[in-house]
Amino acid sequence: MTDLTELTVAAIRTGVASGDFTAREVAEGFNANVAGAQNALNAFIVTTPDKALAAADAVDADRAAGKVLGKLAGVPIGMKDLFATHGVQTTAASHILEGFKPQYESTVSQKLWDAGAGMLGKLNLDQFAMGSSNETSYFGNVISPWRRNDGGNAALAPGGSSGGSSAAIAARLCPAATGTDTGGSIRQPAAFTGISGIKPTYGRCSRWGIVAFASSLDQAGPMARDVRDCAIMLEAMAGFDPKDATSLDLPVPAWEAGLSADLAGKTVGIPREYRMDGIDADVARSWEDGIAWLKDAGAQVVDISLPHTKYALPCYYIIAPAEASSNLARYDGVRYGLRDLPDGAGLQDMYAATRAAGFGAEVKRRILIGTYVLSAGFYDAYYTQAQKVRTLISHDFKNAFTECDVILAPTAPTAAFALGEKSGDPLEMYLNDVFSVPASLAGLPAMSVPAGLNREGLPLGLQIIGRPFDEQGVLNAGLAIEQRAGFVAKPDIWWK
Amino acid sequence: MSVDKATVAKIASLARIKVSDAELEAIAPELNQILAWVEQLGEVDVTGIEPMTAVIPNTLRLRDDVVDADPLTGGGRGDAVLANAPAAEHGFFGVPKVIE
Amino acid sequence: MTNYRIQGATGEWEVVIGLEVHAQVTSNAKLFSGAATAFGAEPNSQVSLVDAAMPGMLPVPNRECIRQAVRTGMAIDAQINKWSRFDRKNYFYADLPQGYQISQLYHPLVGEGRLDIILDDKDPENTKTIGIERIHVEQDAGKLMHDQHPTMSYVDLNRSGVALMEIVSRPDMRSPAEAGAYLRKLRAILRYVGSCDGNMEEGSMRADVNVSVRKPGEPFGTRTETKNVNSVRFVMAVVEGEARRQVDLIEDGGKVVQETRLYDPDRNETRSMRSKEDAHDYRYFPDPDLLPLVLEDDFLADCRASLPELPDAKRHRYETALGLSAYNAGVLTAEVETARWFEALLEESAARQGKPEGEVAKQAANWLMSELFGALNRLGKSLETSPVSPAQAAELLALVGDGTISGTIAKQVFEKMLETGDGAGAIVEREGLKQTSDTGAIDAAIAKILADNADKVEQYRGGKEALFGFFVGQTMKAMAGKANPQLVNELLKKALG
Ligand SMILES: [Mg+2]
Ligand SMILES: [Zn+2]
Repeated sequence: MTDLTELTVAAIRTGVASGDFTAREVAEGFNANVAGAQNALNAFIVTTPDKALAAADAVDADRAAGKVLGKLAGVPIGMKDLFATHGVQTTAASHILEGFKPQYESTVSQKLWDAGAGMLGKLNLDQFAMGSSNETSYFGNVISPWRRNDGGNAALAPGGSSGGSSAAIAARLCPAATGTDTGGSIRQPAAFTGISGIKPTYGRCSRWGIVAFASSLDQAGPMARDVRDCAIMLEAMAGFDPKDATSLDLPVPAWEAGLSADLAGKTVGIPREYRMDGIDADVARSWEDGIAWLKDAGAQVVDISLPHTKYALPCYYIIAPAEASSNLARYDGVRYGLRDLPDGAGLQDMYAATRAAGFGAEVKRRILIGTYVLSAGFYDAYYTQAQKVRTLISHDFKNAFTECDVILAPTAPTAAFALGEKSGDPLEMYLNDVFSVPASLAGLPAMSVPAGLNREGLPLGLQIIGRPFDEQGVLNAGLAIEQRAGFVAKPDIWWK
Repeated sequence: MSVDKATVAKIASLARIKVSDAELEAIAPELNQILAWVEQLGEVDVTGIEPMTAVIPNTLRLRDDVVDADPLTGGGRGDAVLANAPAAEHGFFGVPKVIE
Repeated sequence: MTNYRIQGATGEWEVVIGLEVHAQVTSNAKLFSGAATAFGAEPNSQVSLVDAAMPGMLPVPNRECIRQAVRTGMAIDAQINKWSRFDRKNYFYADLPQGYQISQLYHPLVGEGRLDIILDDKDPENTKTIGIERIHVEQDAGKLMHDQHPTMSYVDLNRSGVALMEIVSRPDMRSPAEAGAYLRKLRAILRYVGSCDGNMEEGSMRADVNVSVRKPGEPFGTRTETKNVNSVRFVMAVVEGEARRQVDLIEDGGKVVQETRLYDPDRNETRSMRSKEDAHDYRYFPDPDLLPLVLEDDFLADCRASLPELPDAKRHRYETALGLSAYNAGVLTAEVETARWFEALLEESAARQGKPEGEVAKQAANWLMSELFGALNRLGKSLETSPVSPAQAAELLALVGDGTISGTIAKQVFEKMLETGDGAGAIVEREGLKQTSDTGAIDAAIAKILADNADKVEQYRGGKEALFGFFVGQTMKAMAGKANPQLVNELLKKALG
């Protein structure tokens, strides 16, 4: 019998629907993988095998009763622990929310359950989604299932912040997972682990019930093994939500049905400014491969310019911390989560003690930066200036899209790095988001697909950025790359 | 613009994060490094440029004035609201006594 | 217009006052959530996950709150900004679950407007214009209770997220009386518009009172802000006390510090509010959860079309079209309930008496202001709880108008109406109070009076015409008030020759 945990979302869905196997068998298979990898990879903060089984049993019962099955019927998935899940601890990987059990379900997770998916557990992440390596979680680092081909056992970063999601999918602990992307948190971990992930247009997926990092940037999206699975997942996750004032009031396109790798008549832009000095040779080569594959798929390739690219990162590192400093003010020990009340402490002392004990170092760093750039006398020089530069960055894309339909670029400047390699220097870590942040600042749909391996045997990702609302164009270019890259590599199972 | 320890202490106090003197010592240079880096934005000519207000062209949608239309955004859920409270009594949240 | 001066050791001082009024917007649900706004509910029973700032919660604005703020802006002739934004005001306090208040600093919904105050009711044409800088929409905070537990304060979030309009005046007021008149006028307008119930006891309206003093003609001094003052009387007391305190302080060589103060009505004094002192850096920035608020022309047109006739316009119309005195017009339009009651009475009266409103307006106004107000005062009731309806009052006035009863009898009938709740017609019928035009009975009464007062008759006939009133009074008395006064006049004149 086939190993059900090797199947894609599409294959599981079809197999369950046609009775080739039961949803329970699928859930049991993934539950076992989850349990077997938990000690080694630390991909989950909590596992919920019973929830996965219950959802599977409901699907099996529905099928037996001849009911119409949902788009994700029988598919167990991982839920990034940034999505509020009713009655299941939701922490954003922070100590300050340890033990917090929401009395509500996020819109996106609810849509997934409604489509027939089941929950395997809550996936680890960088604390409050702040990080690019999954080293800021209060619940420990996530270890990438990938290892270098040098025979060494160096623990590698699965990327961040959706590092639990990327590691779990690459290690076959789940066929798909949710991610959130603020400056690259879906795309970069997808690239690091040889999977696919798409951040849709800002507003496609409701933010309601997702622990906020930076509201004007945060966007949920799916992570899965291939482009089709991303399309299936995104269809279930997306859609207008009256509870989110920034939600797009647009119908959800049939992205899966619209998939086509034929790019005849399409133009792909190659941004000149992304060819940075000292670019990693393997990354540069995979980019060239990508160009050739898209040409092969019928697309025309043109050089484009995104002149303000250089300023995207500093712009992001003003706006995101500013918004975060305010979004995280609610963690004060009054209504939920951690309370640290030293003897004789007053209210304001309680706040300061609780937040000192509850937030990790990176979170504190960003809150302090955010507080500083918004403080009296500095607001215009930092925040207003950054929002103006953000307008310019957005204009850059608008101009570029008069010449091309999608943009092709690397997802990250390097393949996965080792844990600890960059965590000592915040700036160096921030630079890892250099290719992913611009699309986030402009709210554009962007995805990462695996493009091959570097000389160390580690996956590299290619990024496709599209016009607002054109997830289809992004998915189709991704599919064209996927079909030509023939990426089949997967990590050795060293943890069993 | 460079921040000294006293400034960092002030910012930390505004942000209600208790920091020890030793932590200040470590944080101040880190913040300086990051701030110095983001300050390169100052070189961009933004004459006549409006600050970004909505990344995707969209305006604010308004809601109808209906009470408890959706239980997820309505009231009457005292138990759910208080369920995770570190200190709750008689239907109230409790905090250390405040003197106004 | 007023010349309010504080006498100090170094001479006269002038007080400069600006008011920031927080008015609760009349709406069913909160500004950004669907929880109810009703007053007096069980603690934390009207709190949504959004109001409690649970992780991942998002605000979606209530159209009605925006509409009411726009209508209020229109009522004070203000500029309505078709493009506005919500900002976050960041500070930590136990009544503020999000750690920020969603408010509007940089681009408020309503810009520059104004309002005219009347200081002397006797002379309502003499007004002073007070500038209004802006109206912005924001969330209210929750409530802290400090006296329920020995070591804890209790937090109730029922008010958290209720919509407020903050109406910010220019520092244009110069006396406690002007501040009081401004607050009363503003309250009247809000109630006319229906955007706030103006209930100060329940906290629906409260004022932050900004006070500074200066020598007349000199630049503004440093101001203090006394928070959340919740009655007109207290606002006036704060102005008076704070001005005095500042003058004394300066004259004693001290300096006024810009600070937040709290008013203690029991001791009638203000004190510095230490708890707010280090919260001055609010780090305002646009709320990234909310897009810019763009108002369509249709929305604005609907807002404008829904505005009622406002007090100034109404007062003017009462004077010109109804011929009321300036004073009466002022009293009848000062509060929306009075105007509504009066207009209902007017309409019913005109219909019953088959006359244009202009011809019954004076009768209705006089009766309402003297008889009804007097009675309500006595009974400790208000127009809303009046035992007599406009329709019932109109029936009474119609009986006077068509001569069925005299004004004197009308007073008696009104008393009976208040006692029994019966209609005027029924009471007149039952008690036999109809005015008589029976000349025989009146002549008989006159004959007796003239006989009994032969001396006065002689004096009258001798030229002391002032005695005519005496004879009228006696005749009316003899007729138990029911005689038609005109007929009495005629018959008396005849009898006295
Ligand atoms: Mg104020
Ligand atoms: Zn206010």
